[in-house]
Amino acid sequence: MGRRVLLTGLGTFWGGKVAQSLEKHPDVDVIVGMDVTEPIVELERTEYVRADETYSILSRIVDATQVDTIVHTFLVVDSTQMKTKRLHEINVIGTMNLLAAAGCAGTPVRRVVVKSSGMVYGCTGRDPLWFLEETPRTDPPETTIEDSLVSAEGYLRDFAQDNPHVSVTLLRFSNVLGNDISTPFTETLSRGIAPSIFGFDPQLQFIDEDDVVSAIEFATSANVPGIYNVAGDGLIPWSEVAKICGASNLPLPPFGTEAAASILRKMGLVKFPPEILQLLRFGRGIDNSRFKDLGFSYKYSSLGAVERFAKTKRLSKAIGIPRSPYTYDKDVESFFHHSPSVVRSTQSDSTSDTF
Amino acid sequence: MSDNISSSRLTDIDGWGRSESLRSIARRSFQFFYDNYFRVEWEGLEKIPDDGGALLVSNHAGAIPMDAPIIMHGVEQHLGRPVYGLADHFFRQIPVVGTMWSRLGGVPAHPDNAYRLLRDEHQLALVFPEGTKGTSKVFTQRYRLRRFGRGGFVEIAMKAGVPVIPIAVVGSEETMPILFKINSLAKATGLPYFPITANWLMFGPILGTAISLPAKFKLRVLDPVHFNVPPDQDRYSKSRIMDESESIRLTIQENLYDMLAHRGNPWLG
Repeated sequence: MGRRVLLTGLGTFWGGKVAQSLEKHPDVDVIVGMDVTEPIVELERTEYVRADETYSILSRIVDATQVDTIVHTFLVVDSTQMKTKRLHEINVIGTMNLLAAAGCAGTPVRRVVVKSSGMVYGCTGRDPLWFLEETPRTDPPETTIEDSLVSAEGYLRDFAQDNPHVSVTLLRFSNVLGNDISTPFTETLSRGIAPSIFGFDPQLQFIDEDDVVSAIEFATSANVPGIYNVAGDGLIPWSEVAKICGASNLPLPPFGTEAAASILRKMGLVKFPPEILQLLRFGRGIDNSRFKDLGFSYKYSSLGAVERFAKTKRLSKAIGIPRSPYTYDKDVESFFHHSPSVVRSTQSDSTSDTF
Repeated sequence: MSDNISSSRLTDIDGWGRSESLRSIARRSFQFFYDNYFRVEWEGLEKIPDDGGALLVSNHAGAIPMDAPIIMHGVEQHLGRPVYGLADHFFRQIPVVGTMWSRLGGVPAHPDNAYRLLRDEHQLALVFPEGTKGTSKVFTQRYRLRRFGRGGFVEIAMKAGVPVIPIAVVGSEETMPILFKINSLAKATGLPYFPITANWLMFGPILGTAISLPAKFKLRVLDPVHFNVPPDQDRYSKSRIMDESESIRLTIQENLYDMLAHRGNPWLG
């Protein structure tokens, strides 16, 4: 019998991308994607369920669909996307409810994969240059986003302890770059601005968006319980990142940085939230060797991710590649998924790249 | 436009923030002072290995200590391999200074950093176990070694499976002697200590901070200490660590007394 996968955050960039990649797996029978918003990518056989962000109906879905795997991509790691209250609801309450549903008596769930962030390590001057998976934070979290991720990971740790029969994989990603994804880094660099803190040139680490999707896919297909850092090889100074992307340096004062940044944020010049400003002071490296030892290979190093990003940005500026014209239409999707008049490819054909 | 990604760096800044090109500029400009101002003399430089990791450990003195740049300069010139100087994370937090410090081979003295340098990258790392306790001594306490921390340097060397190479340095104490310290100013400024130095009295606060006195430097590399314990253990016997640490401290102390006994004038050597 094939795998049955439940995916959170189908309407987000990551959820959609991961669903697309899972659709190509012949051994995945069922993909059910949950979100409050409709998918933004074209999907072939993924079923979309509208659910509220805190998954109050989740246990019914798990029960009805008998999923054996939950892929939790819907942890928000970009605090510029929403208000802190909603962020807390999604990351903390959402994860708590999700795990409660996955761990109820007689649950069919045997594997849980969660996409978290290297932000859980924090960023202070007293940190080591590289974090291993077990390196503790130096200071308690100060921002809502870090606090919520730490709490969510805490629930996951409890869940893994309480449910030894479930294989729990926690992936912590470094800063993502890519042409399709929007993060504070991509937004700011695309505008040709590289805010920095005067007198500091931190070592930063990046991962390409394609590597993020393959890493989640890898963790979903292989049975690899544990915590893993997922990031491109190597560190690059921020000034060099700016140079590669052709972005001009916008120095912020080293003292009163947050005050200066909040003015620039209001002017719309800087999109960097406090947790990323802190990175511009001390940087952060997360050691990716444990995930590599499992057999996962990265397509891009940190430098490769930056270069690829810079290149696609230059290209899209030159020829103006439009965004994907796809929009979700419930009736059309329902027709394609369920109508008997649609000729569906067989399982073995679905491995071909039909995107 | 070529389709493949070049993956070529625009700078030579390594994973630790060190830039060999900036370092070599710094070495070229320091060479004159090294030869003619501090007139550095080494004994036993051949005891530092050409390859493989090793932890260099030395005494530390002077309000702004010159021993670090002199050891790094001397070993890099002699062996042609980088030396990473481990120092308090305090430096990392100062704008401009922190960045320059890391470009020139400075690394925050976190045990994880030291382990990675020594074990994974087989580099030379330099550490001053006395820390600011050494550099903040007043002049009347010169050449009397302070406590070697909690022996952390021994534990890291054991874990990384590398030898400790002790170095005794004479001269640093006289470059910027501390007459007394003002603790309230240290607290107010956030500095580890606030010294009033002889240099300040002679040259005023600005020049007195920039100018080190021309003491003659003599450095003696002592025999490498191998611990013969398996690397990568979770922990090592604390009493063994403290014994090794104390014995390394005493060896350096004895050699310092020996070198001082043979030294004539601190300025002429």
